Order: sequence, then C-alpha cells, then structure tokens
Amino acid sequence: MSGNMNLTLKVWRQQSLNAPGKLVDYKVKDISEDMSFLEMFDVLNEELITKGDEPIAFDHDCREGICGSCSMHINGRPHGPLKGVTTCQLHMRSFKDGDTIVVEPWRANAFPVIKDLSVDRSAFDRIIGSGGYISVNTGNAQDANSLPIPKDDADEAFMSAACIGCGACVAACVNSSAMLFVSAKVSQLSLLPQGKPETDQRVLAMVNQMDTEGFGACSNTGACTAECPKEISQGNIARMNRLYLAASLGGK
Amino acid sequence: MNWFTTFITSSIGKKIVMALTGLFLITFLLVHCSVNACIFFNDGGETFNEVAEFFGSNPVIRTMEIVLFICLILHIIQGLVLWGQNGSKRPVKYTSKNGAANSTWYSRSMGLLGTLLLMFLIVHLKDFWVVSRFTDEITGGSTTLYAKMNEAFDNIWVVVLYVFSMFSLSYHLLHGFQSAFRTMGWTHRKYTPLIKAVGAGFAVLIPFIFAMMPIVMHFNLID
Repeated sequence: MSGNMNLTLKVWRQQSLNAPGKLVDYKVKDISEDMSFLEMFDVLNEELITKGDEPIAFDHDCREGICGSCSMHINGRPHGPLKGVTTCQLHMRSFKDGDTIVVEPWRANAFPVIKDLSVDRSAFDRIIGSGGYISVNTGNAQDANSLPIPKDDADEAFMSAACIGCGACVAACVNSSAMLFVSAKVSQLSLLPQGKPETDQRVLAMVNQMDTEGFGACSNTGACTAECPKEISQGNIARMNRLYLAASLGGK
Repeated sequence: MNWFTTFITSSIGKKIVMALTGLFLITFLLVHCSVNACIFFNDGGETFNEVAEFFGSNPVIRTMEIVLFICLILHIIQGLVLWGQNGSKRPVKYTSKNGAANSTWYSRSMGLLGTLLLMFLIVHLKDFWVVSRFTDEITGGSTTLYAKMNEAFDNIWVVVLYVFSMFSLSYHLLHGFQSAFRTMGWTHRKYTPLIKAVGAGFAVLIPFIFAMMPIVMHFNLID
C-alpha cells in the first residue's frame, strides 16, 4: 500500500519503579499514516504478544484528547511534534518513512516511572486534594446562571479549566515545575464568585503541596505553555504568583 | 514555621527574592552605566573622574552600596541554590531533548549565564572596586579611576573578557528583566508588551554601552 511506512522506535523499557531502565529498539512495518501514535503502539504490542514478549506499558484512556491519560515524550517533546495536541491525537502522518522515533516517559522526581512509559501522576491528585475544590455545594445550573459574572472572567476561568492534568508542563520544564498545572487550577476556581472566598487558603495549600511533592520552581521559560496540549496560558502562573504573594503577606 | 519563613522558602518565595534583587540590580546597572558613559565626553576623563568622585563620597550612594551588595549576594546565593534544587528534580535525564522547540536557550541557561557573570564580577571588582575603596591609590591622588581603566584595558584579554561578559549580561537581562515582572505577578494585557519591549531594549543597550568602554579605550578611540 502506498503511503505506509517502516519506522524504528527507541522505547524506554523499565520493569518496575526502582528497576533500571533502558531504550530498546523496535522495528514497526507497514504503518498507515492514518493511524494514531497510540494505534501504532497497539500494532507493536500485538506483535510483541504474538512473539511471547511483554507488551509495552503506556497510559491511555479516551483517545480523543480530553482525558489527560496519555503521556509520551516523543523525540524530545511531550506529546510529540504538534502544537496543542495530545499523543493520542497525534497521527503517523506527522512522521515519514524510515524515521527513528525516541519515546520516553515523563521524567521528573515527582512522576516516578511505574513501568515502561507509564508514570505515577498521583502528585497532581494530592495537589488538587489540598485545595483545588470549593468546600460548599454551589447548587445546580440555574444557581450559577443567576450569578452575574463578567464575560472576560468566565472566559478566562473556562480556558484555565481546559487543563486536563496530563503533566506535559512538568515534562517540558527544565525545572520539572508544576506551576502551569497548579496555576490553572487555582485560576479556574479563584476567577469565579463561587471559588473566590477560599482563594487565600487554596493558593497557600496548593503551592505548599506542590513544593512537598518535589516539583521545581518556575523560571518563566514558557516551555510549559508551548507544549501544553490545551495551550493553557502562562498568564495563569503570574496570576498565581500574585495571589500567593497577596495571601502570604496580606491574608489572615 | 512562621508565615514569613513559609513564604520565603516556598518555590514562589524563592523566585520573588530573585525577582526583587534582580530588579534592584537592574536599576544599579542603569546608574553604573550612566556614570561610566561620562568617559565618552572625550575630555581625558575629567567629567568621569569628577562624577566618580562624587559617587564615591556621597553618603546616600555609599549607603546604597551596602544595599547593593546585600542584593547581589542574595541574588547569587539564591540563584545558585535554585539552580541546584531545580536541577535535582529530574534525576534521570531525557535521552532525546528538543528544548529549542518550546523555549529560548538563554531562558533555560540563567544559572550558567549568572555563573559566567559572577566570574566576571570577581575580576571586575578586584580591578576597580577594591582599588578605589581599599587602597589610597585614587583617594591619595596618585592616579585616577580613568587612568586605572586605561591601564586595565591595555590588555587585549581583559577587553575580550569584558566584551564576552557583556554578551552574557545581555542574554541574562533579555530573559531576566521581563521574567522578574512575571514572577512578581505584575502582568497586564496593556502593560506587559511595554515591559517586554523596554526589557529587550535595556538588555541590548546597556551591555552595548558597557562593552564599548574597553573597546574605545584599548584602541585609543577617545582621548
């Protein structure tokens, strides 16, 4: 078939949490350009299983770019070469016949490798658990609709809420900083009247948890925003800095 | 821990220390550059020597000098600490990296650029600051600061070091200037483009003027 390609993959294989890992070469043949990157991995895994080898572990769920499960670091970039795209929505037409593709897991102290390309991102869950919520019942849709909210604020909150928590920001950052994720979550809640009353305690608790988990500090390189599949704005980080400063110096 | 220790040792607090001290150092650069630019009056360093003497004896400036050194030391130590801590957050490195796809090299190299500047600073302070503060060569009238500059910049390698260091300074400022404002949370749809433009202009202009000083002196382009 024309358009199909043969590729060399260099995939990180690691048996378990503290086991040493290494890149292993695999040849995949006759890959359709219409396959998604994960479907190409499915083909490879089928082959491995047929041969009696262990398939490559990787995270995936919705495969439509909205769940934040997939997490491959492809040729030096989280989620591969395209902008605003998750690994599951990356298609093989972005590569050409004969390419060598290096696939690694997210690398950060706070994201330990569980197996192969699958990493433990529960640090994000603990950050959310520390303050990424509203403590009271805010009612149903009609209650929200009866609150006057400036359109700009609603838009900003919505854009921040688009974060799927995949961790590409951490994977891309030289400092393994989680500032983009945490600031998006702080922003989406603090911009809206339902979330505003808890702003101070939320930002203090979430930043504290972020530091406890062992993420680095932000040096504003902008790599996070550039690699974010949801293109979450770097402006969120400045907002969180502002809120953190105010809560630390001015709060109760 | 009390609230202040919690704040200042948090990841954001540490960056705020970098930002505030950095912004103070930026204002110092402006003053330093303005004073030294007096050599371009081309009057054998007369104006420059006068201004330098005024700055050396003015009590307000001498007090600010102490603040300056505190800021400088904080900026250096905190910078090195952050460089080390941030670097330790990814013990297993990527085999394949493509940083250029998402950020500028100098924004990722602030620690390295800062270290180059620190090495320059040691040489620079030894040559000029130590001589003017801790010896009586200049205060005693046996030589002038202008003459000291001429003497130091006779050596082509000193000129090379200075010019190279000003490239480091330029890239350090190119990222640092606007980054400091971001860290402080001072971003705004209307003013951030202005801050970025002023920062870029500052990062090019100030190091350029500084770099011209050893060049014109070495090649005797001014009197």
